[in-house]
Amino acid sequence: MAEEYKSDDMKVVEDLTSSEYKWGFVTDIEEIKFPKGLNEDIIKKLSEVKNEPGWMTEWRLKAYRHWLKMEEPKWPKVKYDEVDFQDIIYYSAPKKKPQYESLDEVDPQLLETFEKLGIPLEEQKLLAGVAVDAVFDSVSVATTFKETLAEKGIIFCSMSEAIQNHPDLVKKYLGSVVPYTDNFYAALNSAVFSDGSFVYIPKGVRCPMELSTYFRINAMNTGQFERTLIVADEGSYVSYLEGCTAPMRDENQLHAAVVELIALDNAEIKYSTVQNWYPGDKEGKGGIYNFVTKRGLCKTNAKISWTQVETGSAVTWKYPSCILQGDNSIGEFYSVAVTNNFQQADTGTKMIHIGKNTRSTIVSKGISAGRSDNSYRGLVKISKNAENARNFSQCDSMLLSDTCGAHTFPYIEVENKSAVVEHEATTSKVNEEQIFYLNQRGISTEDAVNMIVNGFCKEVFKELPMEFAVEAQKLLAISLEGSVG
Amino acid sequence: MITIKNLHAKVEGKEILKGVNLQVNAGEIHAIMGPNGSGKSTLANVLAGHEGYEVTAGEVIFEGKDLIDMPPEDRAREGLFLAFQYPVEIPGITNTVFLQTAINEIRKYRGLPELGAKEFLDLMREKSKILNIDSSLISRSVNVGFSGGEKKKNEIFQLLMIDPKLAILDETDSGLDIDALKIVAKGINVFHNDKNAVIVVTHYQRLLDYIVPDFVHVLYDGKIIKSGDKNLALQLEKEGYDQLIKEAAEIEA
Ligand SMILES: Nc1ncnc2c1ncn2[C@@H]1O[C@H](COP(=O)(O)OP(=O)(O)OP(=O)(O)O)[C@@H](O)[C@H]1O
Ligand SMILES: [Mg+2]
Repeated sequence: MAEEYKSDDMKVVEDLTSSEYKWGFVTDIEEIKFPKGLNEDIIKKLSEVKNEPGWMTEWRLKAYRHWLKMEEPKWPKVKYDEVDFQDIIYYSAPKKKPQYESLDEVDPQLLETFEKLGIPLEEQKLLAGVAVDAVFDSVSVATTFKETLAEKGIIFCSMSEAIQNHPDLVKKYLGSVVPYTDNFYAALNSAVFSDGSFVYIPKGVRCPMELSTYFRINAMNTGQFERTLIVADEGSYVSYLEGCTAPMRDENQLHAAVVELIALDNAEIKYSTVQNWYPGDKEGKGGIYNFVTKRGLCKTNAKISWTQVETGSAVTWKYPSCILQGDNSIGEFYSVAVTNNFQQADTGTKMIHIGKNTRSTIVSKGISAGRSDNSYRGLVKISKNAENARNFSQCDSMLLSDTCGAHTFPYIEVENKSAVVEHEATTSKVNEEQIFYLNQRGISTEDAVNMIVNGFCKEVFKELPMEFAVEAQKLLAISLEGSVG
Repeated sequence: MITIKNLHAKVEGKEILKGVNLQVNAGEIHAIMGPNGSGKSTLANVLAGHEGYEVTAGEVIFEGKDLIDMPPEDRAREGLFLAFQYPVEIPGITNTVFLQTAINEIRKYRGLPELGAKEFLDLMREKSKILNIDSSLISRSVNVGFSGGEKKKNEIFQLLMIDPKLAILDETDSGLDIDALKIVAKGINVFHNDKNAVIVVTHYQRLLDYIVPDFVHVLYDGKIIKSGDKNLALQLEKEGYDQLIKEAAEIEA
């Protein structure tokens, strides 16, 4: 069997990582599978299965009705086969049983990738679908974790759970930054979102840990339409990590997530993402379409930083944004987007300056290899009342082949004369003389390219939490394997 | 150490090296001089294995191994070091990480264990002292924003850290002030012993006041047209290349 698998390792990754698990806090739902297609009945049923209150069902229906009137956006610089929205199953309960008894049964190539990424053994088991032992029992980890957080009054749970247990908070903030009318995919997500994470940090509380590690495994299984809502109350701080460096494969081709962040006065949210969805094979077949809406709202003196490392997906369409509504608020966007083979990425940010003395920083590093296409699209808008707003944008592209593309689309709208907006952009081919210099010191070309690319991305990596940064560097190396001769 | 026989090399279709012969033994210092554009850097790059240069004839034997088909990183691991005339900048990679990677790659190739963090740092401290290099320079990205002189000094620092068998120094002296020249020369002399060898490419006698060569060669139009001892450099300093070039042309004709 192992022989057979070796011939097509991505198939193995698919088999192993598409298996769905629910660990820890996720509300247990019985095994139910819906028929394909989308209509009001499906939405009502979805809401019913999840035992949602009436207001939630109504909200979903409103979103659905609005979605029907919308059209799929065509402006991103990406090409893909049209999605048939009636050919999707909008709800299916997770399978729960591990498929393997031990890691010995798992494909060695997948384990090799985990090894390269430095993923801890117990986590490898979870990702590969091996039964975990009592030491790493997910429920107990979740419980200790939750106790620590509960002491500080922090709420960290699944979206489904939040709807049940914290309806006031959800009602108040859900859709407040990304209304369902926002765009085609946000409307669809609002109608049919399956699950996601909810975070609330009370006034003046500094969240004592990165909301990450164990929980990123959990986040893997939230399905196709993920919904995340993070509220940082006045003077609070939280650092949230989304995603996983391990290769992720899902039968669902379309992923349309919505993430909303709310930083109230003097609060700070740091949101880091590593996205490594299946990018399709070397010929460009298969792969995930990732259409995400991420937006944060900053009140007075608040700060939101988005840091993302995007290496996966066949098509990525994603613009984490900041609405700098409060005076003196700060928005940051640090991004590394890698495309190889036939991948396409159209990603960037929007910084909307509304308050006075608002500041934003954009650092985008695009790396293209193979026959891929990598675009940065960014909007900096300085509104009329945004006195003394400042923006600095730096968009650098590095090309690793002659057949790839890199594009920069900066949109700048300034309605206040006191604004200072700076934009720098560079495009470079990976430099042969740099490679030779490293070669001459005994470093192989492959390692040299990795070093140069990592150096190129350093400004972004240094924004990531330490252990994530290390994994991200390794991930970059794996994503670019064999891309330079 | 290294034997170069009838070496011909092309760049962008143009023949630059037209039959270079050179024998360098352990313990020796050779100086290569010659007018601008005569092919000195080309020779250095060809020896180091730069892919932009195509070897069309001849052979290079380094420590008993044929270099021509060896990739550049293996030549480095075998013990060949080139101090570049124009060291490149590599943003985002600190000198420390760069050198640690380089040294450990070379050690791995030779079947030696990796150098631990402490040993490595001790080594850095020791070598940077010899060259009077500020530690802040070492923690910065490789050559980024370094002054011309600092870049050259950094090449010699790498030479001391890596401790190769053969050092080819391409105009390491140009762009240095008097004090820096003395420090760089000191570094080269600390490196040099009877088990290794140095090839210095230079335009000026002043470096050779500090690093006394056993042989001096004049490269002109892709060939060594004259070899001699250290007095040849002194003669060139006085007379320039004109006379030599004329003589060479007469012999050719
Ligand atoms: N990559 C290249 N493309 C085209 N021509 C080249 C290239 N490299 C070297 N040359 C040419 O080869 C000749 C020799 O150059 P080289 O750099 O070896 O000279 P040099 O002796 O080191 O000169 P200098 O003393 O000025 O450093 C020159 O005419 C140069 O223009
Ligand atoms: Mg030269």
